[in-house]
Amino acid sequence: MTLVETPMQRERAQTIYEKSKPGRRAAVLPAAGVPETPLEELIPVNLLRSEPPALPEIAEPEIVRHYNRLSRRNFDLDSGFYPLGSCTMKHNPRLNERVAALPGHARLHPAQDPRRAQGALELMWLLQQSLAEICGLPHVSLQPSAGSHGELAGLLLTRAYHADRGEERHKVLAPDTSHGTNPASVTMAGYEVVKVATNERGGVEMDDLRAKLAENADDVACLMLTNPNTLGLFDENIAEIAGLIHEAGGTLYYDGANLNAVMGQSRPGDMGFDIVHVNLHKSFSQPHGGGGPGAGPIAVSERIEPYLPRPQVVRRDGSNGHGPRFDLDLERPKSIGRLRGFQGNFGVFVRSYAYILSLGADGLAEASETAVLNANYLKARLAEGRAGERLPVAFDRHCMHEFVLSGKPMKRELGLATLDLAKRLLDFGFHPPTVYFPLLVDEALMVEPTETETKESLDAFAAAIEQILEEAERDPELAKNAPYTTPVRRLDEVRATRKPVVRQPLGT
Amino acid sequence: MSRYTSVTPDDRAEMLAAIGVASVDDLFAQIPAELKLDRELRLPAGKSEAEVYELLAALAERNADADAQVSFLGAGMYDHYVPAIVDAITSRSEFLTPYTPYQPEISQGGLQVMFEFQTAMSELTGLPVSNAGLYEGPSSVASAGYLAIGATGRRRFVVSRGLHPHSRETLATYSQGFGAEVVEVGLEGGLTDAAALAAAVDGETAAVFLQNPNFLGAVEDVEALGAAAKEHGALLVVACDPMTLGILKPPGECGADIALGEGQPLGNRLDFGGPSFGFFCATEEQIRRMPGRIAGETEDVDGRRGFVLALQTREQHIRREKATNNICTAQALNALGAMVHLAWLGREGFRELGELLVRRTAYARQKLAAVEGVSLLHEAPVAREFAVRLDAPVHAILERCAERGVAAGYPLGREYPEYEDGLLVAITERRSPEQIDALAEALGAAVAAERQGVVV
Repeated sequence: MTLVETPMQRERAQTIYEKSKPGRRAAVLPAAGVPETPLEELIPVNLLRSEPPALPEIAEPEIVRHYNRLSRRNFDLDSGFYPLGSCTMKHNPRLNERVAALPGHARLHPAQDPRRAQGALELMWLLQQSLAEICGLPHVSLQPSAGSHGELAGLLLTRAYHADRGEERHKVLAPDTSHGTNPASVTMAGYEVVKVATNERGGVEMDDLRAKLAENADDVACLMLTNPNTLGLFDENIAEIAGLIHEAGGTLYYDGANLNAVMGQSRPGDMGFDIVHVNLHKSFSQPHGGGGPGAGPIAVSERIEPYLPRPQVVRRDGSNGHGPRFDLDLERPKSIGRLRGFQGNFGVFVRSYAYILSLGADGLAEASETAVLNANYLKARLAEGRAGERLPVAFDRHCMHEFVLSGKPMKRELGLATLDLAKRLLDFGFHPPTVYFPLLVDEALMVEPTETETKESLDAFAAAIEQILEEAERDPELAKNAPYTTPVRRLDEVRATRKPVVRQPLGT
Repeated sequence: MSRYTSVTPDDRAEMLAAIGVASVDDLFAQIPAELKLDRELRLPAGKSEAEVYELLAALAERNADADAQVSFLGAGMYDHYVPAIVDAITSRSEFLTPYTPYQPEISQGGLQVMFEFQTAMSELTGLPVSNAGLYEGPSSVASAGYLAIGATGRRRFVVSRGLHPHSRETLATYSQGFGAEVVEVGLEGGLTDAAALAAAVDGETAAVFLQNPNFLGAVEDVEALGAAAKEHGALLVVACDPMTLGILKPPGECGADIALGEGQPLGNRLDFGGPSFGFFCATEEQIRRMPGRIAGETEDVDGRRGFVLALQTREQHIRREKATNNICTAQALNALGAMVHLAWLGREGFRELGELLVRRTAYARQKLAAVEGVSLLHEAPVAREFAVRLDAPVHAILERCAERGVAAGYPLGREYPEYEDGLLVAITERRSPEQIDALAEALGAAVAAERQGVVV
């Protein structure tokens, strides 16, 4: 195949530092309006900097062009289908951006006296109440900044809960299908991971669970589960699992990455979970921002409540005919303490609360229904034709909001790895699914279409997969060398790890 | 009812037929009946866009934001002027709506921004390696603790009382999991007590944590204080305010192994405390122990320059329980805001802004010290924030100032009982000399009224 450089490819990457020229500038600062005392008279000279940092020197028009050009070198959810499993790439409503930007929200200082931040505290309290209802657990802390931060919080809560009962436990169970953050959080919280096997239906292998509980009697602090799990399957044994863990004295932790499947359908609290984290940037439409910000509030049961992080937003009943007041409770003697500065990612709370208000009870339930319908429809489409043969579904049953395919036959029969298929999808204008996860499926492709996609998009995606497999039968090299149309082609990732270049040398 | 879905009744019928089930309920049959919610969620029904807007605008109205008051609040987050181009660029769909750049071929924009950001933070702190960002300031401090345990095999932290109270508390929370001990060293004349610090550091110390300027606004001699850490092989971790790094000696030149901090002053909103970002820079030696995402430069198969996520072998999705941290979030959009703000300020503007802050802060400090009933809490040099003592109950004074539309500062008493009469006052380029004069007048009037027992 003859390669012709696309216009975007011809536009080689140039950093903003390479566009800098001494003497150019954008900012005009206000005049100080106070005496121009030499700095050395205000701060000892040995504590001062000799040379300013080598920031770029560039005027505003070129800054705007630079970042606009860079933006065009990104694929994004507003431009196309993004079926990234476990990430819930649903539409980001623009209303949410508008209300988050209101000065009363965006320009509110976090140390404002709670009496002058009643609107913000009430919003946080309302969001806490809403998440409590959705999760089926009575108490919520909004503080964790992300899902993994919620996991760490949950494990520290577990530690505090056991310590309060005079117990010290060392093990945390997690299925071999779990998200990588789970074991990483376990280690940070000072526990040791014990893996639990997966059964032929994609759920927790009950015999293995019983064996692990017996081997580690009185030493299991917690079981971390995602339900539906990372295979997109609901674990039918969840009530029994909860019973076993509680009997063993442990807590049951719900990784809420897959909550989008069950909103208004089934609640983690009713399944027996003690602690749940909610990814507001997944189920509750906070834009992902190219890798943050998000937020990972936690909902907990009564027995975990005393240990929740400080501060906690509380509602105090009014007296003398006054309405209720909202406040930050900083006391909480049994609290694990703070997990971060101030009150949490409030801007994310505004967006997610706007989303909950927009959808309401009916809309949230419908969102989950449609997410599950879309996933099963796409799964059915991909069970047809070439995809059905080369990319079989890993566990053949109805899925929830996502499903996992195995590229093993494709690799064996066509010599095409899952990575090749993913890269070829880029040329078709699709973001690929999550690849090589979960680890127990060979050549895995994890597909999560979300409820906000049209049937037409799902059909187009299925057609693209079919076409890629068809062309691979004729010429597997085509996919193996893909992509061709992206701003850059396959990149040398090994070099970036062996000999990392992580900043631009500026020779200052 | 959701307007964000597109499945029509006809679509639904076709889709169910393709799946081979009669209804969506059949798909949910995998959930045991007793675990199905047999009612609607107890939440209001969905609302129109106009109604949602009105409800949230009404809540926003009940907050006294930095436009509604003249605000001298700081304590880690500051009311800087964020240029209009930051909003214009960060609100672009191409930056707002992608996921983490797992597919580098279609994520070059975001990855290059990370690389540029890392370069900027590395320049600011004087350390060679920066990551692409962490959640925010205090949790970045805790992440440095985890790194220090990995680097030294020790589990004891020595922290200055000048470190932000939220950072100290967050480090203590995480340390329950780390199995680490946190030892605090007090302040003397507004600065970290050097003798007490030297005495507290020993061969079991994993890291020494300082903040510069410290929580009381005082500029510390980081190099001198850090000597104790060097002597015992502990890491020196310096939390810093990025806005002061145009004028203060960078931590990397003061012997810091890690420099980190709250990034909000750079291109981010106040947002009642978040989202913002934390920055995290270190020596080359620590590169494989860094938390978070790191972008690196490389080439594509045709030799074109490109960027990827580097050193992913540190991370949770590959290393699982052996990962250097559990963090996946780089706060990429917030870091982009910072990068655009820094490019807008530029080399000269960034230094000028630092100078402006120092001079206006000196002016404000002098002005307030001259007010009857107000005195300096310490005489140490300051950059952009300073502490005073009030000869009247601080909360009563704050209330009186608020009545005049002035948020006079951050009361120190709850977190520093030894400074129950203390007030922390922050200055930004948005606080004009006239507003500073108005603050002095408001404080003077409030103290006088309080002393005379005038009812508000």
